[in-house]
Amino acid sequence: MPIAFILTAVVTLLAAAAAMSLRNLVHCALMLAVSFSGIAAIYLQLNAEFVGFTEILVYVGAIAILIVMAILLTRSGETPDKSVLTSGWMAGIVVTVFVFVLLGWAVLNSSALPQTMAPAPHATVKNIGDVLMTKYVLPLEIIALMLTAAMIGAVVIAYREEAPKTKREEGIPIPPRDSLLPPPSPTGEKA
Amino acid sequence: MNWIVQYLWLIPALPLVAAGIIAVNKQPQRKLAASLAIGSMAIGFLLSLCAFAATLKHGEGAFREVYGFNWLQFGGPDNWLQLGWVLDPLTAVMLMMVTFVGMLIFIFSVGYMAHDQNFMRFFCFLALFASGMLGVIIANNLFLFFVSWEIVGLTSYLLIGFWYHKPSAAAAAKKAFITTRIGDLGLLLGMVWLYAQTGTLNFYDGGKGCLEATALNTMLGAPPVAGFAVVTAIGLLIFLGAVGKSGQVPLHVWLPDAMEGPTPVSALIHAATMVAAGVFLVARVYPLMAAGATTVAHGAPVTTALTVVTWVGAITAIFAASIAVAQNDIKRILAYSTVSQLGYMMMGLGVGGVAVGMFHLITHAFFKALLFLGSGSVIHGCHEEQDVRKMGGLKKYLPVTFAVYAVGMLALCGFPLFFSGFWSKDEILHHAREWPVSHIPFYLGCTGALFTAFYMTRQVALVFFGKYRGGDQESAADSHTDAHGHGKPQPSAHADSNNTPHESPAVMTVPLMILAIFAVLLGVIGTPAWPWFHGYLTGEAIKFDFSQLTESGTLGLMLTSAVIVLTGITLGVFLYGKRQRQTAEEKDVLEAAQPFLFGILQNKYYVDEIYEHTVIRFNAFAARLCDFLDTWIFGGAVLLVSYVTLGLAWLYRLTDEKLVNLGFDAGCESLREGGGIFSKLHTGRVQTYLRVIGVALVLLILFLIWGRKA
Amino acid sequence: MTPLQICLLTSALLFATGFAGAVTRRHAILVLVGIELMLNAANLNLIAFWRFGPNPEALTGIIFVLFSMALAAAEAAVGLALVIAIYRHKKTSNLDEVKELKG
Repeated sequence: MPIAFILTAVVTLLAAAAAMSLRNLVHCALMLAVSFSGIAAIYLQLNAEFVGFTEILVYVGAIAILIVMAILLTRSGETPDKSVLTSGWMAGIVVTVFVFVLLGWAVLNSSALPQTMAPAPHATVKNIGDVLMTKYVLPLEIIALMLTAAMIGAVVIAYREEAPKTKREEGIPIPPRDSLLPPPSPTGEKA
Repeated sequence: MNWIVQYLWLIPALPLVAAGIIAVNKQPQRKLAASLAIGSMAIGFLLSLCAFAATLKHGEGAFREVYGFNWLQFGGPDNWLQLGWVLDPLTAVMLMMVTFVGMLIFIFSVGYMAHDQNFMRFFCFLALFASGMLGVIIANNLFLFFVSWEIVGLTSYLLIGFWYHKPSAAAAAKKAFITTRIGDLGLLLGMVWLYAQTGTLNFYDGGKGCLEATALNTMLGAPPVAGFAVVTAIGLLIFLGAVGKSGQVPLHVWLPDAMEGPTPVSALIHAATMVAAGVFLVARVYPLMAAGATTVAHGAPVTTALTVVTWVGAITAIFAASIAVAQNDIKRILAYSTVSQLGYMMMGLGVGGVAVGMFHLITHAFFKALLFLGSGSVIHGCHEEQDVRKMGGLKKYLPVTFAVYAVGMLALCGFPLFFSGFWSKDEILHHAREWPVSHIPFYLGCTGALFTAFYMTRQVALVFFGKYRGGDQESAADSHTDAHGHGKPQPSAHADSNNTPHESPAVMTVPLMILAIFAVLLGVIGTPAWPWFHGYLTGEAIKFDFSQLTESGTLGLMLTSAVIVLTGITLGVFLYGKRQRQTAEEKDVLEAAQPFLFGILQNKYYVDEIYEHTVIRFNAFAARLCDFLDTWIFGGAVLLVSYVTLGLAWLYRLTDEKLVNLGFDAGCESLREGGGIFSKLHTGRVQTYLRVIGVALVLLILFLIWGRKA
Repeated sequence: MTPLQICLLTSALLFATGFAGAVTRRHAILVLVGIELMLNAANLNLIAFWRFGPNPEALTGIIFVLFSMALAAAEAAVGLALVIAIYRHKKTSNLDEVKELKG
């Protein structure tokens, strides 16, 4: 078990590192999808099959796609020629190192970790559904509410504003509503 | 109580009120001023006559009534400062003389000062002087006496320096004031000592006064101080005041210079009244000076104080008479004559008692005032010329003046029988001859009489006889602008040409004539045949006895003095009358004969120069020393304090600015910088916030771990 | 090293990677990518503790992770909508230039 696990883990981590360090954003998104898949594989090895498949469905199928959509919508598809790193990135690296050192040290030196391994659980869909509907029905409803709110909120935030009703200068056409292009500026300059 | 004693205060109060009214008048109202002053003196004279009448009726002993009232309370409830006045024969006779002579001089001044712009000021000061002098006379109280004495000194200063824009007049006034001040110091010390010894300020107080028997006996019993008996010491100190005021040697230097004042001032103050105040003072405190006398000679006690008085008087008499021989200013001759006669008065007081000295004072007042006013008339007529060498032959230009002046001159010389000066001076010489201590004052007095006759004859001969020598216009005009104090070169009053002298108006000559009459008649009351004056002052009964005149001692003395006077007059006539000088510049006869001696006499024995080089120099040095002290030591102390304060203030400012402000500013600055630093955390960038969150996470977890471990 | 520790270390490393990217990269979307990675690391942590914990039969870990995934999805949606809105407004997706809140 460990060999497969370690292999999967390594793949996941490399993909994640790649996702964070590549210049082209689309490549990042794709590497992210790979990373998600690796995590799903880890889930499967840990006998959490439902979570693994949910991971594929939600993350790879929705979120990664969403990220690609956003990249396209923000016109970041081309490889940038400037630096991709923000100012003060070294401080960020330092903080990251601190965080990782802390977490690693906590993990390795912790005496609270369970030593024995329990037998494989029955994490069937039925069991999960049973538990969801009985024990965790309230969080379920709340999650439903939250998802609704999130959806509405996302639509509201990303909603393209209406073109102003007032008449612009003569000869400049008012662009249609669902165009992906931004409206032309009055002086004709590129935005 | 006699009503006049109650109202005696009116006599000095009326001139004081007159002076006050004149002083507050802004507009020159000459008639008002003159009438107020003369009127107050006239009413004063009438009141003096009433006072005199009151003193005539008396029982045994002399009349004396005192009026006193409580004035100021100090110390315990019974300790009152009393003020008051006394009416006795001495007071009454002085009151009459001062008011009468003063009134005549006031009338004369109306004419004399008619051209002066400061008429009002003159009469204000004159009235003030009169009130001061009258206050001196009636005062029964050391305090009131001293206050009035000082008023007299002040007004003398004001009147001598009346034409203050003349530097010589201002200097003369200052000299007079300072010299009499030295005397006044002695007077003050004597009075304070007297008060300390007797415990009362009143002279006569129904037996408790400081000049009365009980007080004198107490003082006689007191232990001597520095070899002097207490009465002698006090008497000498008080006499020092008289020396200053009456111009005795050595404090005589101010009197001749005081001739810078207008002639009525010279007549009133420096002939008749103020200088007589010193003699009056000695007469007033005579009981003190005569206390403890061991021998009584011819009715006059002999004490140490009176001996000193006699010697000072005798020396002054001969000293001043010798100087007067060599003077050329008409007023200066009279001034030295006054000093000499004052010496006679003091001598008279010393050898013969109050009556002898006072008699000569009264007669002298009249004829000296007459002489001064006459000289004023001469000066006025000669267009302010004062040098006798530039006069001459005025007999035909000023006949009335000549007549009265001759009367005065004969009275002063002591021309036998008809003139009052003869009788009064004879009294003095008579008592001097009887003086047990020494006969030298008698001989000095005789020599002085010779000199007196001589220089008066010289003066009259040079002024009234011979040829008029004041011919040159320049000197007349110069001295005219100088002495008159106008500013106008030629007054319009003199209608004729500038050179000719002219007679004075009636307002000036009538007082002269009245004074002349008295100069003759007053002799009657003091003759040995009928010594009314003596009896009046001492309260003894007197009778008319013609045989007194023919008593051998008296007759011998009368003949001796007659011979002396006639010798002096003859000498003067011979040297100056017959051989008249022709021009003003010609040397004096005596000067040609004895230039060295004459020079000494003319320069007043160089007394002024001696004083200048000793006392004045020392005074100037002391003044400079005090100035140095004041500037550097006291001023330095003040400056030091101010510098210390400034230094402290600078230090405070420094502290405030540097420490406080800086601290405060530094605090604010650091706050602002801190705020600036903290505001840098707000970058507005999400990733910065993320990093901070990461750091915070790490720190929190560490904190939790270690917290749990602990 | 127990499997649990290996899992935990993996998730720690994943978390660090995601955090590194979130605080280092300039593009806004990549920050969200990093956040997704961090969330995934947390989920992995949870599953590891569920599996190697005392009572896996209670399915607590699974439920937790399910909810976490739902949340992550909602959050990604809203976040990306925000990025698009910012891009529309400021014409840039460079986080260095979005500092309206500076000061």
